[in-house]
Amino acid sequence: MDELSATEPEPRQVVDAGDGVIATRGLTKRFRGGQLAVDGLDLTVPADSVFGFLGPNGSGKTTTIRMLMGLIEPTSGTARVLGRPMPRSVRTVLPHVGALIEGPALYGFLSGRDNLLRYDAADPTADPRTRRTRVAAALDRVGLTAAAGKKAKAYSLGMKQRLGLASALLQPRDLLVLDEPTNGLDPQGMREIRSLIRELASDGTTVFLSSHLLDEIEQVCTHAAVMAQGKLITQGSVAELAAGTRGRLFVTTPDTGDAARVLKEQGLADVVVAEERVTAEPPDRELAELNAALVTAGVRVRGFGVERASLEDAFVALTGEGFDVAG
Amino acid sequence: MSQAEVLRRVSPLWTFGLLRSELVTTFRRWRTLALLGVLAAVPILVGIAVKLETQDGAGPGRGDGGGGPAFIAQITNNGLFLVFTALAATLPFFLPMAIGVVAGDAIAGEASGGTLRYLLVAPAGRTRLLLTKYATVMTFCVVATLVVALSALTVGALLFPLGDLTTISGTQISFTEGLGRALLIALVVAASLTGIAALGLFISTMTSSGIAAMATTVGLLITVQILDQIPQLHALQPYFFSHYWLSFADLMREPVYWDDLVKNLGLQALYVAVFGSAAWARFTAKDITA
Repeated sequence: MDELSATEPEPRQVVDAGDGVIATRGLTKRFRGGQLAVDGLDLTVPADSVFGFLGPNGSGKTTTIRMLMGLIEPTSGTARVLGRPMPRSVRTVLPHVGALIEGPALYGFLSGRDNLLRYDAADPTADPRTRRTRVAAALDRVGLTAAAGKKAKAYSLGMKQRLGLASALLQPRDLLVLDEPTNGLDPQGMREIRSLIRELASDGTTVFLSSHLLDEIEQVCTHAAVMAQGKLITQGSVAELAAGTRGRLFVTTPDTGDAARVLKEQGLADVVVAEERVTAEPPDRELAELNAALVTAGVRVRGFGVERASLEDAFVALTGEGFDVAG
Repeated sequence: MSQAEVLRRVSPLWTFGLLRSELVTTFRRWRTLALLGVLAAVPILVGIAVKLETQDGAGPGRGDGGGGPAFIAQITNNGLFLVFTALAATLPFFLPMAIGVVAGDAIAGEASGGTLRYLLVAPAGRTRLLLTKYATVMTFCVVATLVVALSALTVGALLFPLGDLTTISGTQISFTEGLGRALLIALVVAASLTGIAALGLFISTMTSSGIAAMATTVGLLITVQILDQIPQLHALQPYFFSHYWLSFADLMREPVYWDDLVKNLGLQALYVAVFGSAAWARFTAKDITA
């Protein structure tokens, strides 16, 4: 290996702009039992994005992440991370990648600090002279400084999750792969982790975030991909995905019967009457005319408008199924 | 800017950081300390038993044909012989069992704890991690043997007289030379354990359960020790890793009888080569799903 400068800050972009930070082509994994876990995945994660990776349990998300991290050899297809092929370039790529995969794993008999010291020692590019400082900084960043000396087996699930995050933050990273990072955290902890993710993203780190919490993806992600049964259903920016699904027109009124009749007369499809509320597919024309028609027909309108489609609507529209695991 | 320039600089010495961490982690484990404690207790028990027996006035070991581990008859004359006796007593089972536990747990224990995936994405590197694990198990072989030897030396010095000693061949050697022989014997005993260490490490790469790997390794040890006693299998026995273990006693001959010692070390080297390669082939190609 060439002699490289040790002190200058790391150049943050290892990849050309056109290439994705993660790019897979036809990535496929069939396990020995014959089960097809991931089927022809073409995933592109743009640089500087916060990329949400969605899908029900068992849809192949974790297998994909393991292939990206070089833990599992693909059956066919290619995966490139930071512009280099995986799993062949594990040793050059992974020092630039922080990862939390399927929850944290710790040595229960070691303190939180010693756990991080051990993971840092495993990275041959980590400078031992700065190890203690970097470990302290990572602990501070996830709010574990006070508990750093406690044995990890005494940690709560939320604390373990934070320690796992800290191990991903031991070095400046170009890419963070976070599998369900808010699992086991209380609402306050979730908020902290989300703001940490935003902070990291604004520093120029690309974040690849797998989650089953749709609103979490919607809150922090700029881009998203949806997987189901090993296949990639869609990917794109969150705005595009949500825009792909039309919102719902709603009318709040005590006169639901009349309102539904008027909407049908106006040619609206899929009119649904609920208690004090009528919804329908929004028309292409001016909404004000519709309101005028309702009022002219003597319908007492309390509320009127179009609800923006959520990512959940988009998901249901794409997979034709509910997102039961969303909890 | 070429791609090489964006890589972090790696000092060759940093790669040993993992070995240091591995050693510290292994020897801080309560289980490791318990194993070493058991090993240290064996010479104490043997020493006290011999002391009590001779205080009854029965005389040291009625003749050389008496039972018990090698050298036990000479202990009352010279405490240094407790070192040889203790090694002969622990080598068939206690020492290899301890090695089997540590080696079996090496990879499989990390896999069942989930920490293996984090070490690999750190990235520890699969070959580097395996070499580190094997180096740690070898270190444990040496430490475990030395624990037995030092415990025996201490107990021997406390309970029995020390001085010049008589070799198996009947010649006299000085106490200092005797100490040198004891150290040499301890190192040969440690080397005798490298075969089962490699075997245990290989088994450890086959499963994601630390307990299963430990049990399989110790089970194999017991099986081989039993098969080594069955006369009908004498054609196979020279290939059992334990077959020449007790040849270390030949170091107490004058001149030293090297044949079986060399056979033992050669056999251990063969086991290390075969099972070390198998472990490497298995571990570097394995899908880590745990």
